[in-house]
Amino acid sequence: MSNESSSGKPLKRIHLAAHFPGVNNTTVWSDPQAGSQIEFSSFAHLARTAERAKFDFLFLAEGLRLREQNGRIYDLDVVGRPDTFTVLAALAAVTDRLGLAGTINSTFNEPYEVARQFASLDHLSAGRSAWNVVTSWDAFTGENFRRGGFLREEDRYARARQFLEASWQLFDSWRGDEVLADQASGVFLGDPRAGEFSYRSSEFDISGRFDVPRAPQGRPVIFQAGDSEQGREFAAASADAIFSRHGTLDAGKAFYADVKARLARYGRSPDSLKILPAVTFVLGESDAEAHEKAEVVRRQQVSGQTAIKLLEQVWNRDLSGYDPEGPLPEVDPLVGEHTVARGRASVRMNRDPLAVAREWRALAEAKNLSIRDLVIEVSGRQSFIGTPARVAEELNRFVQEDAGDGFILAPHLTPGGLDEFADTVVPLLQERGVFRTEYEGSTLREHLDLPPVTHTRTKEAI
Amino acid sequence: MPASPAASPSSPAASPLHLAVALDGAGWHPAAWREPDARPKELFTARYWADLAAEAEHGLLDLLTIEDGLSLQSEHPFEPDARTDRVRGRLDAVLVAARIAPLTSRIGLVPTAIVTHTEPFHLSKAVATLDFVSEGRAGLRVKVSARVDEVAHFGRREPRALRLEELDSPAGRAVLAEAFGEAEDYVEVLRRLWDSWEDDAEIRDAATGRFIDRDKLHYIDFEGSRFSVRGPSITPRPPQGQPLVAALAHRGEPFRLAGRASDLAFVTPRDADDARAILAEIRSAQREAGREAETVHVFADLVVFLEERPGAAAERLARLDAAAGAEYTSDARVFAGTPAELADLLVEFAAAGLTGFRLRPGALPYDLERITRGLVPELQRRGLFRTAYEASTLRGLLGLPRPANRYAAAAPADAALTAASA
Repeated sequence: MSNESSSGKPLKRIHLAAHFPGVNNTTVWSDPQAGSQIEFSSFAHLARTAERAKFDFLFLAEGLRLREQNGRIYDLDVVGRPDTFTVLAALAAVTDRLGLAGTINSTFNEPYEVARQFASLDHLSAGRSAWNVVTSWDAFTGENFRRGGFLREEDRYARARQFLEASWQLFDSWRGDEVLADQASGVFLGDPRAGEFSYRSSEFDISGRFDVPRAPQGRPVIFQAGDSEQGREFAAASADAIFSRHGTLDAGKAFYADVKARLARYGRSPDSLKILPAVTFVLGESDAEAHEKAEVVRRQQVSGQTAIKLLEQVWNRDLSGYDPEGPLPEVDPLVGEHTVARGRASVRMNRDPLAVAREWRALAEAKNLSIRDLVIEVSGRQSFIGTPARVAEELNRFVQEDAGDGFILAPHLTPGGLDEFADTVVPLLQERGVFRTEYEGSTLREHLDLPPVTHTRTKEAI
Repeated sequence: MPASPAASPSSPAASPLHLAVALDGAGWHPAAWREPDARPKELFTARYWADLAAEAEHGLLDLLTIEDGLSLQSEHPFEPDARTDRVRGRLDAVLVAARIAPLTSRIGLVPTAIVTHTEPFHLSKAVATLDFVSEGRAGLRVKVSARVDEVAHFGRREPRALRLEELDSPAGRAVLAEAFGEAEDYVEVLRRLWDSWEDDAEIRDAATGRFIDRDKLHYIDFEGSRFSVRGPSITPRPPQGQPLVAALAHRGEPFRLAGRASDLAFVTPRDADDARAILAEIRSAQREAGREAETVHVFADLVVFLEERPGAAAERLARLDAAAGAEYTSDARVFAGTPAELADLLVEFAAAGLTGFRLRPGALPYDLERITRGLVPELQRRGLFRTAYEASTLRGLLGLPRPANRYAAAAPADAALTAASA
């Protein structure tokens, strides 16, 4: 594509993905238009909308234990999701080109099984699979698994790195030319050692023969989502794309520059790692109408009950006695081990709760905000709000100014939350020449403009 | 939906036969991939499996199974081989089943899963999800692995080489009892996790802001000697409540697992008397487990080579054997003949008390087509097989009720509600 911006720099092409609405308060279940979060028809609807709009891929998150708060299962958000691999394999039957990306944990799985699941998914989708590699260490999640919570927090990235190395060796254990299936000569397999592998590290000691012939993409596209120093380095070393949380222009640019600068150390070009922030959007006939809708959605997302629960996650205390329409608690947050909320990534973030409480009290006082108002205020507004023209312009600016390479769009409604975006914003991006009008390739690597995977026997772990 | 009075679950003796087809690679004969209509280069494509499933559904079969293992196929039961003249390599069976689920609408989908090296929590939600994507047609066949190479693929257990000749020694029996005991625990965890959400747990109550009634979600707290699992599942209760659990069984320990934990046993009798003896063992294990009120189907496995012309199937089998360089042997009885002869044999076996058959096509798609286009019409003429699908779920096709939730039953008021809505 030869389009240029006014500065003469070639226009970057935007990558777009659809995030199936998640198990958190962003997803509005109380709206009359909200459908099932578990019936296959909901997944098929979103996937078909995304494919109709020529999106790069559909994305599924995962959590391996239901969240709890105050020692009980958290009941205010959408709860319940399918098995990632299984629903993606089924979606391969109702789509032709759309990439299928799933989150799979490297702690409570083993490489041989995950590699054969991804290689199988890649065959069954003719080269459309992607793996968002996540780590966990907590004994809480481990209670659902045979091995229990065996991993120390400081070892989680080492295990993830080794898990990926082991998986790459499994994917590479077939070169791709072994299956001859020559009926005349009676030779099925051209190499009696096809699939041989051996991998030893501090976490794994495995060897034998892998049983799935080489996948169409060689291996799935690899995503990484962690934002820590270790996570960024892990992504620079191993990932094809990053699922980032930096959805504002300034934060996006800083993150983008930081991560892309790390690539050279691994002999990689800036284009070989795509940075895709997860963002939200609200569309309207006018900007004012869109902002009004956005306000309504934020109030749907934060009910009074939800506001109390979100406050408890910072206060680390039972605040069920407080009135959400009343003022913030005078009591200070409990500092130390987090005991109120379990099974959530957000409570692991190391912000100083006392400082947060001070900041929020000051804000509530200055603007005369109740608990619920305050939580709505600090939860942040949707990333992109406005008419389709405004949203298209802002999305494009975000990418052209190097705050990202595209977006993972998280609609707040299941399953129709992407329909309007597909019908109104996508055509405007296409008119600008920054988004495809037809799929040009058939694999997800091709959609993402990633270099092809070359067959390389990966090194033994250090 | 056309009603079929003979299909009433209350009169199993009068029920027509149930038929399953066992899909594996290019068929069960090692030279099947060299047959003219075989598609050996397509074994790793979705289209191949979708076409087989469509043919099986066209034939109104109850269900299809998909073989699997966590290692390359081998001639040896416990170790790998280095052969290059047979089909090697396969795709994950649960994912193949999921891939064909949206393309079919009535046939049951029963992939194989190894329980020895996998996590029951993952498999439970995978099969529940298969049940959602197929709208109530999921099952799974649980398989115990005794292969030393699979142990090394996971690196989590001590390898224990097993020899066929030691299976009947006290040490061999102890190994089997341990492996199948573990499988029984595994199935118990699957079943508890499927029940860990009550059917009406999702309430979406805007007034109280609650999406679920968490009193209707249950910790399963399974504590066994080998592992423990807390729960609840992350996936709601699937459409069938309990997807179908099947097991292939050849001897004492697996018969015990089949009787105690499964809904459907695949067995390998040589003749009708053998079938009677096997049924007695399974029914005894079923009684011991207090399950006499439940239906446990027992299907005989047969490897089939079918031709309309008398004698032609045996000729084809001989030709395949010549290509393979060895006479074909199997754990199951091998049948080569006409569809009418096979129908006669099925009737004879069924008289022993078997409720159906799992046919392993010698070659694919050839023998599957002889089943759906030859055997099925023959059985229909005799009034022994359905002429239309009479139910939309796999449990429904097998005459199994949708079970009440074990956790809901603990509270009498809730149990009444569940029964009313079932």
